[in-house]
Amino acid sequence: MSAYIAKRLLAAIPVLFGLTIIVFLIMAMIPGDPATAILGSYATPENVEKLNRDLGLDKPLFQQYFIWLTNLFHGDLGRSYTLNRPVLDEVLERFSATLILAGTALVLCSVLGLVAGVVSAVRQFSWVDKTITLVVLIGISVPSFWLGLLLILVFAVDLGWFPASGMYAIYGGGGPLDLLHHLFLPALTLAVVATGVIARLTRTAMLEVLRQDYIRTARAKGVTENRVIYRHAFKAALVTVIPVIGIQAGFVLGGAVYIETVFQWPGIGSMLVKAISTRDLLLVQGGVLVVAAAYVLFNLAADVLQTVLDPRLR
Amino acid sequence: MADAALLSIEKAERVFGGGRNLFGRARPAVHAVQDVSIEVRRGETLGIVGESGCGKSTLARMIVGLDAPTAGRIVFDGRDLVAEAGRDLRRLSREVQYVFQDPVASLNPRKTIRTILEAPLIHLLGLDKQARAARLSELMDAVNLAPEFLDRYPHEFSGGQAQRIGIARALAADPKLIVLDEPVSALDVSVQAQVLNILDGLKHKFGLTYVFISHDLSVVESVSDRVAVMYFGRIVEVGPGRSVFRHPRHPYTHLLLQSAPAPGRRSLVSDDATAELPDPYNPPPGCAFHARCPRGTDLCNARLPRLEAVSGDESHQAACFHPHERR
Amino acid sequence: MAEANTATGNPPRPVNRSSGRPDNLRLLLNNKLATAGLAIFALIVLTALAAPLLPLPDPDVTAPADRLFRPLSEGHLLGTDALGRDILSRLIWGTRVSLAVGISATLIAAFFGSLIGLVAGYAGGRVDTFLMRGIDMVMAFPYILLALAIVAVLGPGLLNALYAIAVVNIPFFARNIRGIALGLSRREFVDAARLSGESNAQILFIEVLPNVLPVIIITMSTTVGWMILETAGLSFLGLGAQPPQADLGSMLGDGRKILFTAPHVSIIPGLMIFALVMSINLLGDGVRDVLDPRLKSGALTRPLARTAVIRDIAPGDIEPSPGAVLDVRGLKTEFRFGGEVFKAVGGVDMRVGRGECLGIVGESGSGKTVAAMSIMGLVPTPPGRIAGGVALLEGEDLFAVSDERIRQLRGSAVSHVFQDPLSTLHPLFTVGDQLIEAIQSHRSMPKSRATERAVELLNLVRIPNPAERLKSYPHELSGGMRQRVCIAMALADDARIIIADEPTTALDVTVQAQVLALLDKLRRERDVGILFITHDFGVVSAICDRVAVMYAGQFVETGATGEILKSPAHPYTAKLIDCVPVLGQPERRLDAIEGRPPVVNNLPIGCAFAERCPRAQDDCRAAPIPLTEFGQGRAVRCIHPILMEAGHG
Repeated sequence: MSAYIAKRLLAAIPVLFGLTIIVFLIMAMIPGDPATAILGSYATPENVEKLNRDLGLDKPLFQQYFIWLTNLFHGDLGRSYTLNRPVLDEVLERFSATLILAGTALVLCSVLGLVAGVVSAVRQFSWVDKTITLVVLIGISVPSFWLGLLLILVFAVDLGWFPASGMYAIYGGGGPLDLLHHLFLPALTLAVVATGVIARLTRTAMLEVLRQDYIRTARAKGVTENRVIYRHAFKAALVTVIPVIGIQAGFVLGGAVYIETVFQWPGIGSMLVKAISTRDLLLVQGGVLVVAAAYVLFNLAADVLQTVLDPRLR
Repeated sequence: MADAALLSIEKAERVFGGGRNLFGRARPAVHAVQDVSIEVRRGETLGIVGESGCGKSTLARMIVGLDAPTAGRIVFDGRDLVAEAGRDLRRLSREVQYVFQDPVASLNPRKTIRTILEAPLIHLLGLDKQARAARLSELMDAVNLAPEFLDRYPHEFSGGQAQRIGIARALAADPKLIVLDEPVSALDVSVQAQVLNILDGLKHKFGLTYVFISHDLSVVESVSDRVAVMYFGRIVEVGPGRSVFRHPRHPYTHLLLQSAPAPGRRSLVSDDATAELPDPYNPPPGCAFHARCPRGTDLCNARLPRLEAVSGDESHQAACFHPHERR
Repeated sequence: MAEANTATGNPPRPVNRSSGRPDNLRLLLNNKLATAGLAIFALIVLTALAAPLLPLPDPDVTAPADRLFRPLSEGHLLGTDALGRDILSRLIWGTRVSLAVGISATLIAAFFGSLIGLVAGYAGGRVDTFLMRGIDMVMAFPYILLALAIVAVLGPGLLNALYAIAVVNIPFFARNIRGIALGLSRREFVDAARLSGESNAQILFIEVLPNVLPVIIITMSTTVGWMILETAGLSFLGLGAQPPQADLGSMLGDGRKILFTAPHVSIIPGLMIFALVMSINLLGDGVRDVLDPRLKSGALTRPLARTAVIRDIAPGDIEPSPGAVLDVRGLKTEFRFGGEVFKAVGGVDMRVGRGECLGIVGESGSGKTVAAMSIMGLVPTPPGRIAGGVALLEGEDLFAVSDERIRQLRGSAVSHVFQDPLSTLHPLFTVGDQLIEAIQSHRSMPKSRATERAVELLNLVRIPNPAERLKSYPHELSGGMRQRVCIAMALADDARIIIADEPTTALDVTVQAQVLALLDKLRRERDVGILFITHDFGVVSAICDRVAVMYAGQFVETGATGEILKSPAHPYTAKLIDCVPVLGQPERRLDAIEGRPPVVNNLPIGCAFAERCPRAQDDCRAAPIPLTEFGQGRAVRCIHPILMEAGHG
């Protein structure tokens, strides 16, 4: 088992390298003079020249990549010209906020999705199943950024139960309770779509598994129906659902871009949107790289978990 | 020569896996077929029997050019079959055809029977529309199916009918040799006979040569002139059907015959659990059957027995140091 | 082998007679939600298409004096936005843009993704590795993030957003299609096409593509909603449509800034996106339900824990036959699909005594498995149901007892051994876990004691190193070993009856012989009755004392094994014996049975075999033929049986 995990970790290294290549190439594809593009149109000629030298932009592409990669290993992702601070500092600070939001949403959607899917499958064709199916369908059809706005209107403006934006109260905030209070609406909004996807898939997986020969065997040996469903069938269904939760992590991380914008959550998503509209490309590059790397690691964890459950994959 | 070999397989070998990975470490390799040499004479039916994993299907796929041996030669009608299959499979397919085990899976569910049967007529023979229509009705007639079936889809057919369509397709290009890979084992017993009888009739009518592969001893016995028994990738016994089934020499053949259920016979076999094949990634140095063999000695474990004539009869060979005596 | 299908109790599937499109459309319209989706979607699309013809104000003309009218204002049905533009007009024109962008992105992604998937799946090997590594690389980015990065490079704009969304969706199609294409390319019909002389390109596009097409359509119908959402999302962030052009997303984005003062400006376009996407998803689900073969075959219906029992007449007190542990009388089991009733088992009597082995022989579709599985309620409901008869286990009617009682009896008094030991063992639990569970389901005992008992059981079925084997997973064992584990499991408690459904069919002959010998020995040692289902008279000879031959849901002949083999009385039995080659008699002529068995939803009044029977006369077809006594301990359902003197052979 540990040998397998080590092997998977090793296999993740080329993927991470691949990520750096893609991110680098995307930035290299920017039309026009990169230095001007990076520094913005108001850059002074001295700054442009300095950046060109720093980035080695006078050298061939692969050399540029290695210079960039070496800098990356030293934790140097360049400086954001709009914020005038190192990209890495800004990105890490923002990323922790995103991690709180996306992590909460992911836990929410996994738990809610699995429960809804199992209940729906076990009570197939009942009104519970039909209700869940419809709610799930609404969940995956609703634009999350619009849902966020509605929730703000209802729960923040009209009812005043939750704050409309931010991560902490401006005055006297900062405690974990304050964080939870601010977290509730955005995390819920972010979780809605993924919950729908997971619930649907869990339902189908459960129904498929319940038709398998080994479920009949379990019944034939006198195992109680609860045990058949929650032990035999659920475990087998989980094996197909886990990779999807891994993929949903990507949707949640990406969806954070909208939710952070709507709720003005100081995360990496809202930073990216701002950076793109101000063409602060080094900031975009750093942000994309860090989020993608986190996603790769998360999927790795999902893979390992799946292997723990399914001995055939070892 | 009257009994000239139509097909001759010389020391054929097929290894799956193997090679080295990126870091130069050897990948695990499985010898699916090893050191198989056998001839098929014009007009005969060669039966190949063996249990799952013995390599019989791999051998079959190599004969029709769907797979290539990793070593050894296969000669068809004096030509190098392997080279030809790699260069121009169509030329080979005009003369060597295949009937698949699962009749339903071997028909494309989204094509009519007409489209399926026309494919070889267009691609292999290049017939025009009129000639195709004539040939189609000949083919349907040959396998005893009504021509109105031509415009139906495969899911509308029973297993036996589907297998007859599979046979018609194999016949379409008028081949010399047909490899039949478990052609009746997916069928109900009442239908098996229909298909076997049709195959028998076609053989005489068109002067075909068959390689008939099956795990079912009684079926092989009823159709074959000569029989080869395979175990763990090798031929362990080969000879005229009557001789092999009446006087099996190899202990494995003996065990197979004892194990086969027959109406009116109580089981002769013990309930021991020693039916395991050796680990294919780590085969024993000697005879693969040694672990299960009641006649095995240290010699069998140390060295590989060669396939050779037993008691002077050149046509009946077995790969065993301690063969059964002729009863 | 004859029973290739492992899912026991598999009902006869209704044959799909016409496979044309009108049928599919009708199916789609039968689905109310999908029809509603179709209607809403059609309405939205038609309105959007008709935008130039409708009497709408110019969507881009600003009128600062008319700012922020509420909905239902005069001249502005949905009000105006912050620049005084008519929201209704902008909504319809914006829907046009959103639809066009979403659909174009879907088409682009579907085309390139499917092409990559098809080629990768079909070619396999290095091409596959190379293409899929590339796809994996793209998928290593969180979806929206990659779209953002692409827009960052290309610059904000509607067309760029379209490209970005299309590109990030390519992997989704590629992966899906590749999986299907890979599976199809290994199918025998691809080999057959190759041997028919087709080239790779011909095989890929003529043979494989038509089979992949439904999947492409399903994937498109389930992703087009997504793509509309995502492009709207990019526009919402200000990275898609640029002013003055507007799509639904950018309208929503503009409205957000004045959310608190004029919520309608953002709520209306959001509602439109929701309605559009919801209608597409409803429709997409409908399309998927129609095209997905799993739904047609009922593979996605949850079977109940026990077969439903709906008996028209409650049977009175029936005395069990003396000496019988299991006594089944007049068992009828049906499957219902839509309005059609398939009478899989039409009145069957079975009696098994202690230590006795009764064989049920029949071809696939004869109902032998359904009959056996009905006894302990293991026929899936829906669509199966027990429609009549009683099953007495030592006097107790199994069709009348509670679910909990059935659970207690399953695996203790009556246990089962199934056909394919790989699919019947749970792949994710060790052999030990599964054995111990079987033991503890009937007797509460500490785990250590149950483990000891499991070791004893494996010893009993002669598995070497039992303590070690307990830690193995099913896939680590050979077929023969797995079936031994299943037999051990059947003996976990004090079984009096074992129902064995083709237990050796999936095994090699040498292994089959050993497993049969094991079963035979165990039943003698432990005095267990066996109900043995098979299609093979050879196997019957090896183990069964008595045999019942089944045809079209009924027994046509019963009696002692030796006698029936020696002198079959029913023409079907005789034919069934004659059509199989027998080892040692290669010259024997094989006598095929012409025709096909009747479909059990349309059985004839008289003898079901009459159509195929050489001895059939008019009276055979006139009325139901009863099972009548035919000598000592024998019965035959035939009014013109083959008599002993005529003999057989």
